[in-house]
Amino acid sequence: MISDGVEDEEKWLTAGIAGLQQNAFYMHRALDSNNIKDALKYSAQMLSELRTSRLSPHKYYELYMRAFDELRKLEIFFKEESNRSCSIIELYELVQHAGNILPRLYLLCTVGSVYIRSKEAPAKDILKDLVEMCRGIQHPLRGLFLRSYLSQVSRDKLPDIGSEYEGDENTVMDAVEFVLQNFTEMNKLWVRMQHQGPAREKEKREKERNELRDLVGKNLHVLSQIEGIDLELYRDVVLPRVLEQTLETLLGACPQLQPSVDIKTVLSGLMERLSNYAASSTEVLPEFVQVEAFAKLNNAIGQVIEAQADMPVFGAVALYSSLLTFTLHVHPDRLDYVDQILGACVSKIAGKGKLEAKATKQIVALLSAPLEKYNDIDTALKLSNYPLVMEYLDDRTNKVMSNVIIQSIMKNKTHISTADKVGALFELIKGLIKDLDANNDDEMDEDDFKEEQNSVARLIQMLYNNDPEEMLKIICTVRKHILTGGPKRLPFTVPPLIYNALKLVRRVQSQDDNVTEEETASATPKKIFQILNQTIETLSTVPVPDLALRLYLECAEAANDCDLEPVAYEFFTQAYILYEEEISDSKAQVTALYLIIGTLQRMHTFGVENRDTLTHKATGYSAKLLKKPDQCRAVYACSHLFWVEDQDGVKDGERVLLCLKRALRIANAAQQMANVAKGSSGSVMLFIEILNKYLYFFEKGNTQITVASIQGLIELVTTEMQSDTSTSDPAADAFLASTIRYIQSQKDKGGATGEKFEAIKV
Amino acid sequence: MVLVMAIGDLHIPHRAMELPAKFKSMLVPGKIQHIICTGNLCIKEVHDYLKSLCPNLHVTRGVYDEDARYPETETLTIEQFKLGLCHGHKVVPWGDLDSLAMVQRQLDVDILVSGHTHRFMAYKHETGMVINPGSATGSYCGMTYDVNPSIVLMDIDGLRVVVYVYELIDGEVKVEKIDFKKTSATT
Repeated sequence: MISDGVEDEEKWLTAGIAGLQQNAFYMHRALDSNNIKDALKYSAQMLSELRTSRLSPHKYYELYMRAFDELRKLEIFFKEESNRSCSIIELYELVQHAGNILPRLYLLCTVGSVYIRSKEAPAKDILKDLVEMCRGIQHPLRGLFLRSYLSQVSRDKLPDIGSEYEGDENTVMDAVEFVLQNFTEMNKLWVRMQHQGPAREKEKREKERNELRDLVGKNLHVLSQIEGIDLELYRDVVLPRVLEQTLETLLGACPQLQPSVDIKTVLSGLMERLSNYAASSTEVLPEFVQVEAFAKLNNAIGQVIEAQADMPVFGAVALYSSLLTFTLHVHPDRLDYVDQILGACVSKIAGKGKLEAKATKQIVALLSAPLEKYNDIDTALKLSNYPLVMEYLDDRTNKVMSNVIIQSIMKNKTHISTADKVGALFELIKGLIKDLDANNDDEMDEDDFKEEQNSVARLIQMLYNNDPEEMLKIICTVRKHILTGGPKRLPFTVPPLIYNALKLVRRVQSQDDNVTEEETASATPKKIFQILNQTIETLSTVPVPDLALRLYLECAEAANDCDLEPVAYEFFTQAYILYEEEISDSKAQVTALYLIIGTLQRMHTFGVENRDTLTHKATGYSAKLLKKPDQCRAVYACSHLFWVEDQDGVKDGERVLLCLKRALRIANAAQQMANVAKGSSGSVMLFIEILNKYLYFFEKGNTQITVASIQGLIELVTTEMQSDTSTSDPAADAFLASTIRYIQSQKDKGGATGEKFEAIKV
Repeated sequence: MVLVMAIGDLHIPHRAMELPAKFKSMLVPGKIQHIICTGNLCIKEVHDYLKSLCPNLHVTRGVYDEDARYPETETLTIEQFKLGLCHGHKVVPWGDLDSLAMVQRQLDVDILVSGHTHRFMAYKHETGMVINPGSATGSYCGMTYDVNPSIVLMDIDGLRVVVYVYELIDGEVKVEKIDFKKTSATT
């Protein structure tokens, strides 16, 4: 059926164009021989093609454009004509003899345009005449195009300020009057399109009306181009007329509408146009207030929704969305209006159960608008109905919206600064924070999930307040929320919180000197460490021992800086427990162990006993690593635990040497194993590394390291390397070479260092 | 003339949100020939961003890096210089120049780039340089207080390298440069 219709339309259009072109041909021939009468006859015939009712606006437009082109040529001819024989007044008379009204009016407009240009009569009179006469066409489609034509030909002939058509008799007011009237009439025609025809063709009509919307809107555009309109004119004349026109007409038409008519597009379109109007000319904003535009529109929407009880949810939301955009443009400071709109939405969507995709999309758009406008989550948080609307989103949409919110915060770099706001924010984005629906088996793509959680992590960085007390409250609030996230989310959300807290510790630790225990201030390092401890503990539910261990060590270091020995010791204990009980992967052990050794090396707050215990354990772990080379390296790293360059640092030369010797034994064992397992001794790399460590401590002044021991090592290495059974290792060769160079350069330094190294023969 | 950027310890997203805007605007794709990264990016997003600036991206594994495939150490030769790269958490004591010099000897490189301490450092000695580009995001570090975001750019030309360090101090980018010349060509 439909395809038939389309085919037919094509046929009619082709026929129409053919007819038009044929008549145009004859028209031009008549013009060439200066035969005005015939020219008019053929032009009328040509324009008759526009009398058709068979074409959709789209196709009619094509036909119209051809006619338009021809009429242009006609106008040009008439301009010259009036210089020759027949006067313009006579011409004006002549065209009115055309048989049918539509061609007659097109010709009148054309000639009228020439008439105005000739200035033989005041522009305002002619314009008035034309705009009135066009009333003769009440058919919406034809009428709209005709008036559109009128608008087009008259554009540059309006008696605007500074135009050649201005004069005592012709003023800007007349220009405005003309445009407004044309607009009013076009609007009426447009609105009328809704009523026509059977209900089943509603959709088709809607589509057609959409296509014609711009024709009507062009008048507003012309208005905006009229230079002479000052603020007063806008306020007193233009705006009220425009708004009144549209609102009253629409509101008047509403009761008559059949429920199936899609009023929402009309209202949405209107509000959109008004929003754009407001956006482009900010001087008019106060006038919107005067006209009570918001109230009128809000009422209209309310009425429409009430009248159409079965309007789908997305329709209602779309309406409110348009009103919101309008409000954000025109009354950005009226948060109460915005809140009102959201509230109305809530009542509409409440109790509707699961919303369809179209509706949720609209709601996301609705909620995103204030974020974009205000660029500040604070303002959005002030809207009491905002969270209520979010309540009704399903899980997936909540996540989408939460992401929008986070992106907005990150883009605008807004720091959320109070615990209350943080709490409110985390409530809003709860879709990201926890599993909303326990039965939700919506398997999320792993990468997406990571990205999502990483953005929450970044969000946590944006929470900040200068006041330590408030900052601690914020941390506690965040903690409360992220702990509802479950094992999946904790590895992402806990670390950033820990670091926030550690930064806070740093901030307060300098103040701590002035604060006594009695004071009620709770943001003390001790208190914060307690919270840290409890928080890291939760990671055991995941479990992620590697991460937890690292975080414990970070806290230990921070506690060390605060001189809280027991706290630091406790953190180390926790770390060690994890190492012994939870970390079994060799590689993970190696990494963890270096962190332990590195951190422990820097601890200055431990008394001898505590330090000894921890050091002893660390060296024990080192010797028990799976692979011999790892053992060797970890053990010689432990040598540094007994030598700290600080002023009061331990410098136990003996124990350093013990470590290094132990490392040597392990290296030897490694060599032997390689011999047995592979038939050739392994690389001497380990020995060279140990040699370098000897040199390190030698240089630092460890008297236990003798020249003899260094010499012995060097010989050992060189012998090994030259032996037949050794595997050639260029890396080891290079290392030895650079080591020798180093020794030489130390010698060359002269002074005390030079003397020291002088004894070493290379 | 080869431009090499040394960068590391960004710790995104655990300790920092993103690279400072002033650095981002400085870093234009196509200008840098190599990027060497000490580690602790930590997520793929950062890797991809760095890769977009320059396809020759070398990364060594930091403590918190998501990608377990990064190597512990890496060496590369640019013009007459041999560069070595490692994160530095395995070099004990952390940040100790002599221990780092040992690694430099071990890798047999002229310039050793390592991180972990979040403190910018460029140390010249007879046979080479030890450079720490600091933390590009100025993120928290247990060892170092008052961390300013910093990155290092090396302009390597034959036997000479000019090291530019960009530090973001109080919202302004401050630049310093250090010259180093090798005494002899790489054998």
